[in-house]
This record gives sequence, structure tokens and C-alpha cells, in this order.
Amino acid sequence: MRSQTLNRWLDNRNVLGLLFMLPAAAILLVFLTYPLGLGVWLGFTDAKVGRGGGWIGLENYQWLWEDSVFRLSIFNTFLYTVVASVIKFVLGLWLALLLNRHLPFKSFLRAIVLLPFIVPTVLSAIAFWWIYDAQFSVLSWTLVKMGLIDEYINFLGEPNLARASTIAANVWRGVPFVAICLLAGLQTISPALYEAAAIDGATPWQQFRNITLPMLSPIIAVVMTFSVLFTFTDFQLIWVLTRGGPINATHLMATLSFQRAIPGGALGEGAAIATAMIPFLLAAILFSYFGLQRRKWQQGGADK
Amino acid sequence: MASVSLKQVRKSFGHTEVVHGVDVSIDDGEFVVLVGPSGCGKSTLLRMIAGLEEITDGEIYIGDRLVNAIAPKQRDIAMVFQNYALYPHMTVFDNMAFSMKLAGRSKREQRERVDEAARILGLEEYLERFPRQLSGGQRQRVAMGRAIVRKPQVFLFDEPLSNLDAKLRVQMRTEIRELHQRLKTTSVYVTHDQIEAMTMADKIVVMNGGHVEQIGSPLDLYDYPANLFVAGFIGSPAMNFLHGSLVTTTSGRAVRLAPDCTLAAGPTEEPDGRKVVLGVRPEHLVINGPAAAGVEAEVIVTEPTGADTQVFCRMAGREVAAISRERHLFAPTTRIRLDVMEGKACLFDPETGQRL
Amino acid sequence: MAEKEQREGMHYLESLPRRWVTVYIPLLLFLFVLLFPFYWMGLTAFKPDAELLSSGGNPFWVMEPTLEHFRKLFIDTSYPEWMWNTVIISVVSTFVSLAASVFAAYAIERLRFKGSRQLGLAIFLAYLVPPSILFIPLATMVFQLGMFDSRWALILTYPTFLIPFCTWLLMGYFRSIPFELEECALIDGATRWQILTRIVLPLAVPGLISAGIFAFTLSWNEFIYALTFISASENKTVPVGVITELVEGDVYHWGSLMAGALVGSLPVAVMYSFFVEYYVAGMTGAVKE
Ligand SMILES: Nc1ncnc2c1ncn2[C@@H]1O[C@H](COP(=O)(O)OP(=O)(O)OP(=O)(O)O)[C@@H](O)[C@H]1O
Ligand SMILES: [Mg+2]
Repeated sequence: MRSQTLNRWLDNRNVLGLLFMLPAAAILLVFLTYPLGLGVWLGFTDAKVGRGGGWIGLENYQWLWEDSVFRLSIFNTFLYTVVASVIKFVLGLWLALLLNRHLPFKSFLRAIVLLPFIVPTVLSAIAFWWIYDAQFSVLSWTLVKMGLIDEYINFLGEPNLARASTIAANVWRGVPFVAICLLAGLQTISPALYEAAAIDGATPWQQFRNITLPMLSPIIAVVMTFSVLFTFTDFQLIWVLTRGGPINATHLMATLSFQRAIPGGALGEGAAIATAMIPFLLAAILFSYFGLQRRKWQQGGADK
Repeated sequence: MASVSLKQVRKSFGHTEVVHGVDVSIDDGEFVVLVGPSGCGKSTLLRMIAGLEEITDGEIYIGDRLVNAIAPKQRDIAMVFQNYALYPHMTVFDNMAFSMKLAGRSKREQRERVDEAARILGLEEYLERFPRQLSGGQRQRVAMGRAIVRKPQVFLFDEPLSNLDAKLRVQMRTEIRELHQRLKTTSVYVTHDQIEAMTMADKIVVMNGGHVEQIGSPLDLYDYPANLFVAGFIGSPAMNFLHGSLVTTTSGRAVRLAPDCTLAAGPTEEPDGRKVVLGVRPEHLVINGPAAAGVEAEVIVTEPTGADTQVFCRMAGREVAAISRERHLFAPTTRIRLDVMEGKACLFDPETGQRL
Repeated sequence: MAEKEQREGMHYLESLPRRWVTVYIPLLLFLFVLLFPFYWMGLTAFKPDAELLSSGGNPFWVMEPTLEHFRKLFIDTSYPEWMWNTVIISVVSTFVSLAASVFAAYAIERLRFKGSRQLGLAIFLAYLVPPSILFIPLATMVFQLGMFDSRWALILTYPTFLIPFCTWLLMGYFRSIPFELEECALIDGATRWQILTRIVLPLAVPGLISAGIFAFTLSWNEFIYALTFISASENKTVPVGVITELVEGDVYHWGSLMAGALVGSLPVAVMYSFFVEYYVAGMTGAVKE
């Protein structure tokens, strides 16, 4: 009798659903939701490493607002995100289109193209660090040999050069992701559409404009949202290559937050910087969410 | 084996009611077909019998047992799905033995029962194959086999043949019938194909928009449809419906379709002048030469099928179909005369659609 | 992903030189740029210091390859321990996350309990929460729970990004399994648990592999939590160890650094090479919703 009632309970969707959700929900509530709230709260305190802080209201934010390094980091973050994302999109789409052609060793090519994405970022960043080295850079060596420059370039030593170099490394890592995702999208477009268009007399460019782009746009939106979010919150690459230098020229909000909070010990201030990223992230998510909604509506909304 | 009865069964999804109080009683051993147009609630009803959908209101009995709150596995039923729902990762044998495995039956019993079912269905050679290695018809048989090894009280079928090609469908139709003759298990069979319903059923339940329109044996439904919906749904090509009003002529009661164009209606109590719909099946229209009796019509097209000839023509401004065993080959616009066979006309109320 | 038979179609219209200019040359350039850092990593790892620091000669080749950097890496540093830590942490957190995700995904996608749609959305949003805004509060928690500088700190925090990802991915796989299979099993007398273990899981094996190797790669590559929560050398993971321990002051041991990066990349690269299709399916599946 007892086991029968137990079984009845277990066959109930709501009970079983809750039971199945329990492990995941417990971990996520304790280690994701709670810290998310804790982080926001820490932003309003003067917590330091090793001692809990007291409530100081908006003081951290006021202080940050006047902090030129923080403002520079916002500028850098936007510059880094926008430039890297645009380049990743253009190159990624191009690479996807190339890989979608009739090619020998197609799946092998696809496999090795993705390598930069799967290798630990920190480890590939070390390779870039070496490639960008001021004294032994192989890039400089080549350019000198080709007679294009006279002196070795200090890739990570000049503010603007450092920005460009870090963006280049980020693009190198991100292009495969964008390309392979878009390639998956391209492969779902029926060749019959292109055949119909070719018979209608469309040029390759017109086919791209009128078939490929519209059919691909939902997946472009999703992929680019991910790409923007990951670029915006990037930490590893910068930390390995420049640690935010030279003269804070490459500090992103994430790296600044780390530097202030962990080596610097100012947990409250670091948390405030991290919290300041949230509105931007939300804006990006909402932007793409509503962008997607509109697109669905334009396409009749029938198919998902 | 058991009887099944549905009493005022209702089903709502959210706020929309899709089954509006259905009463059906199915006798022990009967083969009942639920038929109706797409979306009329047949599958929903079947799934409520199976216990896959909760019953919003009303009662369902299997045998003497009220099953409203009983889980599917305890209802002692078996179900065959439209897409067969074979477990893709199990061999045919394992598919068929799965329910017995879960019930903890012995290996020997599993083997015996599966072998028996396989023999009945001609699946002996395929027991070690996976579903993906079978043809559509074979998959269909495995799905049936999985149902019969359980020796359930009731078989439920949800459009089991609609994924097969036309020829195989006819063949499987016969096989399912034969199987039923042999096992005599109460069966409820859902289809939207009225020919399937006519050929297979002991009893047909015609549904429309969540209501039962009529329940009866196939020929009863064919000959005495209760309303316009059933009349139009059963039979192919469909019954001809002609609007007109009742009159009395020298040769008996008739329906006037146009000023000087009347068709015999057979005996009826209804008064002259009443507006009616005259329903005549195509094979009950007699095709006569231009000089003979009947109403004049103009041929639109003639379609010989070999066994018979379907003639579509325009009569008093309406299109009608007639079927004849003779091999007419009328050119379009040929004038012919059509007459109703005696006693074969049905009269319906144009407002309510009910038969008069 | 179904590898569709690509029709040759209208390719006959394109002349070979044209194909070289529009397809092959750009593609080769892409490949060169994407792969060069790996070549450079490998080359440097085998170059003796003398060649590394001389500005003469051809830097693109190695004259006298040496294993000295690897020897130094494995003998003089805690690299083997970092490797072992990374393996343990990645494997355990992957399995924990996968187990929790299977249940969660099944519940959300198949049990359709009250509020499951909202939970599905919440899982997706959780997937978008980046570690760089969580590491500070997590650091304080890790400290208070006394897990600072222990593997547990990472094993328990990695699931915060692994579970949302795996759940989201598995939801997609579960969705593709026809409902009728489960209904049929219900009628056949299976309990929910039996349906999950005997019908759904065997059919979702490709999804489990995708989620598993992706999760493993993500944990192997994780950096910011490992950098924040671990301080003792012998407890570090490979990415953190290489970057913090192999750099002594201003003297960069490029050879050992590259050897460390190379060896640290190998496990994921090898696993990737075996499961490319699953990996790609996982990546594109998570994006395609
Ligand atoms: N889960 C559901 N939620 C909401 N509405 C539903 C659901 N299932 C079915 N319906 C609605 O109930 C009605 C009856 O559906 P049902 O599947 O029973 O039709 P059917 O007669 O089997 O049709 P078909 O011949 O196409 O299979 C339809 O209008 C359908 O839209
Ligand atoms: Mg149906």
C-alpha cells in the first residue's frame, strides 16, 4: 500500500519534474543565482579580501565614475567588442561560404578550421604572446626581411598597437566558431533555391543578397549574440597578452575587475565593475531577442 | 477481453473543449472504427481510452472497471501508433518482448509469446533485425506484434495504415481484419479514411467537431445516414445533395429542383412545399437516353474506371455525379436523362441537416 | 549532422583559374593564418634556446631539435601535477554536470510539469551569465566554505556554466525523440525511470557524447575561476600553471612555455579529432536552439 502511494506520487508529472530538476537547480541556485545577487550586493560594500565589508551605498560607483581608468576600460571594452565582432562576422561568413563550396577533403578542412576554437585560449594566447614578442617576433622578422620595416615592432608595447594585436588574437580564435556555425546554417539552405535563382538569371551576388543572407539571418543573429557576449566578457586573452597594459590601454572591464578585486584586494570595487557589465549584457540579449522576434514575424512566424 | 464504454466524455485543452460529451459503448470482441475529418477529436478520444490524456469530464469503463484515474499500464490495453513508435535501438524481438521484460516474465515465456506472434504475422525471419532495416509494411506488422504479444483486453489503433502506400494499405486492412477474427479482441480503430471504416468495422462511430454524429454498422450508415454530415462523409464519390421543395406528382411524392424539373422522393409524411435536401448516392442515379424518363442533364466529363463509369453532369444548374456499371462514353455536353432508383432517395432538413 | 551528398550542380561553369582566385587561394590563406600559431608553438617547443635567441638563421625551421624544454617542464616544474589536476577536475565536473543535466533536460522537455517552459528559458539565460561577473562573489563563497585552494572549489563551480550548456543541448536532443515512443512504453508498463533509462537515454547517446566532450573541453579550458580560487603551485590546472609558474620575472622560457602549451592542448585536440562530428553538432546545436 505504502509503495503504491509512493509510485502514484512518482508518476505525477509535477512531483517527478521537481525531483528531476533538484540536482541541477540546487547547484545553479547555490553557485550561480546566489553569487549573482551576492556580486551585486558586494558592489555596494567596501569588502576587502579577508574581511567582509559594510554597506557604503553607491560610493563604489561614484568613485569609479570619476576613475579615468574605469572609463577607459569601458571604452576599450566597446572598442574591442565592436571591432572584433565585426571582423569575426565578415571573415567568418566568408570562410563559411568558402567551406560551403564543392571542395575536396571537406570534412577534414572543417575539422582543422575549428582547431583554434577548441584549444585552451590561454595556451594559444601564449603562442600569440611569443609571436608578438618585442625582440623575437617572427612577424617583425618577416617584415624586416621583406624590407617593409626597419625596426622590430613593439606589438604589445604601444597602446593602439596593443589594442590591434589583442583584437587580432581574439579574431583568430573567434572566426572558426562563427564560420562553423554559419556553415551549419548554410547547409540547411536547399540547393534548389539557388538553382531556381540561377534559372531566373540571378548573378552570384544577387543570389547571396536575396537567398543566402535572408535565409541565414536568424542564425547570424544568434551566433553574433553569442560572439558579442563572449567578446564583451573576455578575460583570458587580455590577461595573458597584456594584463591590461600598456598604460591600461587594453584593460577591459573584466580584467580591471579582476585586477582591482584579486591582486588589488578591493572586492567591493571589483564587484562593482563586474556589476556594471550586467546592463550592457542585458541590453545585448534584449536587442537580439527582439531582433529575432521581429524577424520571425517578418518570415510569417510559422516555422521555428 | 472486455467491453469499453464512454459516458459523456469531455476533453479540454486549456480553455478550449475539443471533445464535447461523447457516449459510445463497445461490446466485448467488437471491432469499432472511429472515423471523422482531421481534427475532429478521434485521436484525443482514443488517447483518453489509453490513459495518455487525462479525462476532463465523464467516465470511461473498460470491462466493469472505471479507468478514469488508472495509469495506462494498468488498463491492460495495447496501442498501435500511426508512426509505429518502434524502439529504434531494439531488435524486433526486443521490441515485442519489451512489455513482458518490464513485467518480469520468464525468458521462456517471452520467447514463446513472441514466436507465436511472429508466426501469426509472418515475422519469423525478422526477429533479429532493427526497425530501420524493415520496410514500412514490416514495421507495421511489428507494431501489431508488439500489441498482440501482450494479449490485452483492448487493442487501440491510431491511423495505423496511413503511412503505407495504397496497395499495402488494402492488404494490411485485410490482415488486421483476419487477426481480429482470430483473436476476437475488442478493438478501437481510428481513421479518417471512410473506406477503411466501411471495410473493417463491425460498428462505425462517425465524429465531427468533437461530437458523435452517428453510430451504426457500416451498411446502416451507408443506407440510413442520420444527417447530412454522415451522408456526405460516408461513400465515395460523395452523395449528391439537391436543394428543392416537396411536391406531389402523379407518380408519387417528389422534390422540385427547378420549375419543371422534379425527382422522385419516395414516400414521406412531410407536407408539400417544405424545403428539403434530396440526397441521392451516385449509383442510385439511373442514366437514361434523351427520350426516356427522368430529369435532363448535360454531361461535363465521363471517367471510366474499368469496373464502372462515373459520369459528372450538370442538372438544373447543379453538379451531380452518377455511377453506372455500363460503359457509357458520353462526349461532354451530351444530353442525358437521370432518374432516381425507387426508394433510394434520402430527405434532409436543410436547416438542421437531420434526416426527415 | 547529416552529411548531405553535395551535387556538383553548376560548378562546371566555373573555370579552374577562377576557382583558384575565388576559392582556393583565400581558403589557403585562412588555413595558413589559423594554423600558423600551432606550427609556431610546436616548432618553438623543440628549438634549443640558442636558436631561439639568435636573430640570424631561418626562424621557420629548427636545426637541432631538442627535448630539453619538455624535460624541464616535466622534471623541474609541477606540470605533471597540473595535468593530473586538470584531468580530475574536468572529468568529475563533466560527469556531475552531465548527470544533473540529463535529469533537468528530461524534466523540462518531457515531463512538461508546471513552469517547465519558464525553467527552460531560465536555463538558457543561465548559460549567458559569464564567469567574469561571477568570480568575485564565488571567490568569497569558496573562501567561506573553506574550499579555497582545493579541487572542490573548481569541481563545484564549473557546473555553473556546464549544466546550463549541457541541459540546453540535451533538451534539443530529447525534443527530437518522438513522444509516441514514450507513450508506447508507458502503455507497455514502463515507469518514468525505466522510460528514461531504457528508451530515452539510449536514443540520446549522440547528444550525451556531444554534451560530454564539449563540457570536458570547456572545463579543460577554464581559466578565471582556476586563477582566482587556487594559489598553491601543486593545485593548479594546466592553463593557470603554465601562465603563472613558467614565467620567472622577466626571463621568459619560451621553449618550456610553448612545450607546456602544446602538451596542454593535446588532450582536447586528440579527443576532438575522435569526435569532430559530435563536437560540431554540439556547438551548432547549442546555437541553433
Ligand atoms: N495537446 C493539445 N493541446 C491543444 N490542443 C490539442 C492538443 N491535442 C489536440 N488538440 C486539438 O484537439 C483537436 C482534436 O485533435 P485530434 O488529434 O484528436 O484530432 P484527430 O481527429 O485525431 O485528427 P487527425 O485525423 O488529423 O489525426 C484538434 O483541433 C487539435 O488542434
Ligand atoms: Mg489523429
